[in-house]
Amino acid sequence: MTGNTAIRARGLTKNFGKLCAVNNLDLDVPRAAIYGFLGPNGSGKTTAIRMLCGLLTPTSGSASVLGFAVPGDAIALRPRIGYMTQKFSLYGDMTVRENLAFIADIYSYDRSDRNRRIDEILREYDFVDRARQHAGTLSGGQKQRLALACAVLHKPELLLLDEPTSAVDPRNRRDFWARLFRLADSGTTILVSTHYMDEAERCHRLAILDRGVKVADGSPQELQDSTGMNIIEVRADNPQRAATILENLPGVMSVTQLGVRLRVLVPQEIPGARQTIDAELRKHGLTAAVAEVSASLEDVFVAVTQARPERAA
Amino acid sequence: MNRLARLFAIMRKELLQLGRDRLTFGMIVGIPSIMILLFGYAINNDVRDLKAAVADLADTHLSRQFVAQLEQTQVLNVHYSVSTPEQLEKLLRAGKISVGIHIPPDFDRRSIDANRTAAHLLVDGADPTIFGVANQLANFPLGFDSTETGKPPVRNLEIRPFYNPERRTAVNVVPGLIGVILTLTMILFTAVAIVREREHGNLELLINTPVSTTELMIGKVVPYIAIGLVQLALIVMFGKLLFDVPVRGGLLELYVGAAAFIAANLALGLLISTVARTQFQAMQMTFFLLLPSILLSGFVFPFDGMPPAAQLLGELLPNTHFIRITRGIMLRDASIVDVGNEIAVLAGFAVVALTLAILRFSRRLD
Ligand SMILES: Nc1ncnc2c1ncn2[C@@H]1O[C@H](COP(=O)(O)OP(=O)(O)O)[C@@H](O)[C@H]1O
Ligand SMILES: [Mg+2]
Repeated sequence: MTGNTAIRARGLTKNFGKLCAVNNLDLDVPRAAIYGFLGPNGSGKTTAIRMLCGLLTPTSGSASVLGFAVPGDAIALRPRIGYMTQKFSLYGDMTVRENLAFIADIYSYDRSDRNRRIDEILREYDFVDRARQHAGTLSGGQKQRLALACAVLHKPELLLLDEPTSAVDPRNRRDFWARLFRLADSGTTILVSTHYMDEAERCHRLAILDRGVKVADGSPQELQDSTGMNIIEVRADNPQRAATILENLPGVMSVTQLGVRLRVLVPQEIPGARQTIDAELRKHGLTAAVAEVSASLEDVFVAVTQARPERAA
Repeated sequence: MNRLARLFAIMRKELLQLGRDRLTFGMIVGIPSIMILLFGYAINNDVRDLKAAVADLADTHLSRQFVAQLEQTQVLNVHYSVSTPEQLEKLLRAGKISVGIHIPPDFDRRSIDANRTAAHLLVDGADPTIFGVANQLANFPLGFDSTETGKPPVRNLEIRPFYNPERRTAVNVVPGLIGVILTLTMILFTAVAIVREREHGNLELLINTPVSTTELMIGKVVPYIAIGLVQLALIVMFGKLLFDVPVRGGLLELYVGAAAFIAANLALGLLISTVARTQFQAMQMTFFLLLPSILLSGFVFPFDGMPPAAQLLGELLPNTHFIRITRGIMLRDASIVDVGNEIAVLAGFAVVALTLAILRFSRRLD
């Protein structure tokens, strides 16, 4: 066994024809942690997860999951992982209970254990009243919850969750994450992909993926501390005009508008960023409150992805 | 032990879904019922009451007796009497009649001269069935002698159909139809089965569980064998009730043969579903197999009459072997030993197709 590492990947690469979906990915996921893959659509999150559970053969590179080489030892690995696909993959024409029972049978629970475990899961995941409802008629949030229930039914050591909360409202997302924390507390390693910043912030560690490349990794705090940027927040009466002005200011790396606020990223090497911005806005006759703030994960994301050249279309 | 549990889990799941899928469920009952009604009633090779016209230029006692005898066969029904052969041709061209009978003025003399034909049949040769009937009529015996003793005509040769004395089409069609219906439904069920799970995303979850490919494949085949046997019962029942099609041999033998045939088709369907990317493709491939199963299996054309290349292709189709089994058991009271070879071929077919399907099935997504 690899001690405290649940997943270890080196140079993991997947090409689809000319497209490089995952490029040279190195990964170290500690046990009993929630590890996030943060990236926009098409950044290679699903492809990476599929390679880690042996569903896709890497073009090059290697990975070991719970000590098993993938895809070579994927069969031995299967009983020990739970996989929640991005697309709902349970049977819509079967009831909640039937789906759970099917999964339980697949994982070879014997009769009495099986029913006890199903009842337990139904209770834990709030499905007691809906046990006889067809899975296809559940709401988006309920479907995700059922998918998680099925993924954890056999008590896997490692959970691979591919965008488990897309199409879930914020309240249910909070709920969902509370469950993930409980699972992690009880020793389950969780790899979860997301394109929500607020979710990424809850992970113990995360990797930021951009167009197949891991552009940063670490704990959210580490990432926020090491952007190499000063984050200047600007509140102006005319944010749009202010944004246009600042975008053209030398040294400014990016300007992002969040409602009435602008977040301006300036590399730390450039001194006096706050004062420069303040002066520039005044010069153009704009009144604005300008303050230096600490980096959010969104700033990290902008910083690490803006630094990379655009890929030719 | 675990293997068995997983196998049963897959089978249970298939049956559960089948019971809820109205369309599929309808197909199980609907396709046999509709096909047997269509084939049984609409496709009728028993030719009767062809419209005919007579140009009797002889108009003798003998010629009138000849026409009356032709009518007695019930194959012809004389609608027109005309006075010249040209008028017969006109009626034929106009599509008013299928057969024209031209009796020359010297009919009486011709009929006792072995070297000359007594009368002429003008037929619409475009329809092979009618042409075939006309050929039979051409050999119609002119058995009356000129002394007119009133004795019935004596035929030189009488054809006596052995297994289907009434020469009813249904008796021959229904046993073959079992094979066609089962080919269609069985291949379609499994051809779509795995592709559907792939399309719905279920497969990505399933192949990531401890279920082995063999368990998955066998688990998907076994429930449908039962379904196929239910269909068989339906068709045999319909055949008996509606068309009085007999089962002369043992029902058990029929079921054993059918089980092998059903397994072969299901395995073939699985093989298709490992190749097809979409349900639509799977359906296209099914119909691609269905056509030769109808045309080259001996269902439509007599197998022995087909060219050697077509026969060779026919031997590669499960339905060819199954039709031999059903016709043998249902019509000729064949025993399991008589059709043992054919059953063995079908079982071999099932094993080979299933093995190929298992080998071809990829547990990877790339
Ligand atoms: N099976 C495939 N064949 C070809 N291209 C693929 C396949 N799967 C994914 N891709 C491509 O790889 C890239 C990464 O996709 P994916 O891993 O699904 O990203 P994400 O999950 O982050 O949205 C995308 O450009 C996608 O179009
Ligand atoms: Mg994805």
